[in-house]
Amino acid sequence: MLKLDKKDAVTFLFVVAITLLAPFIMNPFPTESGLAQFNAGYPDLMQRFVIFGIFAIGYNILFGLTGYLSFGHAAFLGMGSYAAVWMFKLLTMNVIPALILSIIVAGLFSLLIGFISLRRSGIYFSILTLAFAEMSFRLAYSVLTPLTNGETGLQITLKDPRVLDAINTTGHQPVTSLFGLEMRNTATLDIAGWAFQFNVGYYVSAVFMLIAFYISMRIFRSPFGLMLRAIKTNQTRLNYTGLNSRPYTLAAFVISGMYAGLAGGLLASMDPLAGAERMQWTASGEVVLMTILGGAGTLLGPVLGAGFIKYFENIFSKINDNILHSWFSFMPESLETFFTTIIHPFVGKGWHLTLGLMFMLIVTFLPGGLVDGGTRIWNRIRKNKKSSSSAASSTEPVE
Amino acid sequence: MGIFEVKNVSKRFGGLQALDNVNLSIEEGTIHAIIGPNGAGKSTLLNCFVGKLMPDTGTVEFMGKSLLGKKPHQINQMGVSRVFQTPEIFSDLSVFENVLIPCFAKRDGSFELNAFGSVKGQKDMIEKAEQMLIDVDMIDKRNDMASAMSRGDKRRLEMAMCLAQDPKLLLLDEPTAGMARADTNNTIDLLKEIQEARGITMAIIEHDMHVVFSLAEKITVLAQGTPIVEDVPENIKGHPKVQEAYLGTAN
Repeated sequence: MLKLDKKDAVTFLFVVAITLLAPFIMNPFPTESGLAQFNAGYPDLMQRFVIFGIFAIGYNILFGLTGYLSFGHAAFLGMGSYAAVWMFKLLTMNVIPALILSIIVAGLFSLLIGFISLRRSGIYFSILTLAFAEMSFRLAYSVLTPLTNGETGLQITLKDPRVLDAINTTGHQPVTSLFGLEMRNTATLDIAGWAFQFNVGYYVSAVFMLIAFYISMRIFRSPFGLMLRAIKTNQTRLNYTGLNSRPYTLAAFVISGMYAGLAGGLLASMDPLAGAERMQWTASGEVVLMTILGGAGTLLGPVLGAGFIKYFENIFSKINDNILHSWFSFMPESLETFFTTIIHPFVGKGWHLTLGLMFMLIVTFLPGGLVDGGTRIWNRIRKNKKSSSSAASSTEPVE
Repeated sequence: MGIFEVKNVSKRFGGLQALDNVNLSIEEGTIHAIIGPNGAGKSTLLNCFVGKLMPDTGTVEFMGKSLLGKKPHQINQMGVSRVFQTPEIFSDLSVFENVLIPCFAKRDGSFELNAFGSVKGQKDMIEKAEQMLIDVDMIDKRNDMASAMSRGDKRRLEMAMCLAQDPKLLLLDEPTAGMARADTNNTIDLLKEIQEARGITMAIIEHDMHVVFSLAEKITVLAQGTPIVEDVPENIKGHPKVQEAYLGTAN
């Protein structure tokens, strides 16, 4: 199917099913229940899952396959966002031209930055990319204010020319759309105590994520992907095998830059606002975390990692002291205060601490990331099944 | 006129004259060994052949074309393959993938952006790589990780990777260094087989006299950066200059 072999086709169908059914899967708790705050099935967060999924999938093509650790990919994400918002300001509120421009702009910038940075490898490469990203970030804040609107961030206004749909959007604040289908539209399905939300923006992003995932799958299985993995394991041998590693790494860098641009464009399409903080080094670090946490060099890993981190960022950060007190209210007051004090640093504003601890645990005990953990569990289950079934079959003849 | 011509090559590292006016000619279809005591400049010479070092003076020509100033991958694409002292293989890939990469390099050149074709769909490449593994007797290990193999098998795999490119000249840098006796003999047999079946020209840099005398058709002895003798193996053993270079002057 789709030129994938059977195993990959199953993986792809699995991802398709999960993404399409996400509004149900992410919403396991009824709206009125106490656990409803753990629901992730609201449009804003689901959009983030898939958009940062795209970002991480692209990053994984560079980092997971070639091993080149870039610390500047957020710059391409930011540039994609700016490009998209400019398209909304100048041309039309339709997301398609905006996304195309985002990908082109990010692709061109990654070609330039990659061309220079890839002259070095290892730590020097990382530092070069970090330097370029910080430069872009600082420039966006200062000198480039006419282009980026500095600290306020680039926004759409009523005065924008919007050549293609000036007539439709006069008088009221325009919204982003896909040929008239507004990104913010959400249908809510109420079943019993549950409220499932189906958002246009989420499904548009999800389709792009699926395309991105499919392309990365093809790259992984292609001769090009094989060469990228060869670069990671032994560049000397690769050069002495008549292959020039430079254009291979540059191609991987540009592809991942374009993925970042698409993600940035989608972020702006969901909420037409682009700020410089999207290019900061912490944002670059986040995509590295996502990829490693999920499993660098695996197909599913980056998507899982992105979902994991975004879930923590949005759910754990919302648990405040009041919620903690209500959880432990059944206990005597001294115990209640005790538990609240203990857990307090790990939730709310302290969610980074929990994330950091999780990251340390995963890197130490599951070097292959979440995917590695999943495979181990799967293998153990299969082994148990096999041993129990073989035990059963060996006892049969006796009976 | 040989297939590989080295003329007046000199290389200096600071105060050390590593190579001093080296002339060397390798005939097509022969196994040519370069031997010499430690520090004679053997590895420096080899690095000048493959584009890793640039000699100060002189020329290095392969089939009439200069190799100087060319990058390793360009030299390889001209038909010169190299086997390293410690086997350089893609240790994180499977044995089969290791052999597949040079097959692609041979067909597609130094860069090809084939990001959508599946590797499994390239039937001719797969057949070629499988045949290569059959030739070196490793087909039963095709799905093993390259890193999990013994030293001898790694050498065998590296050899297969070089042969998959049908090189015209194979450069071997101490192919049996650090090997057990059995592995050494296996490597000698493998090289002999390759030479008989394919007639590839080989240049071997070697310490182990057993290997040199069982393989080479011609031997160049290098001492202090200069070739002192070049002759057939029978005449090398008892040559007074060679004994002097290895054992020092009898006083």
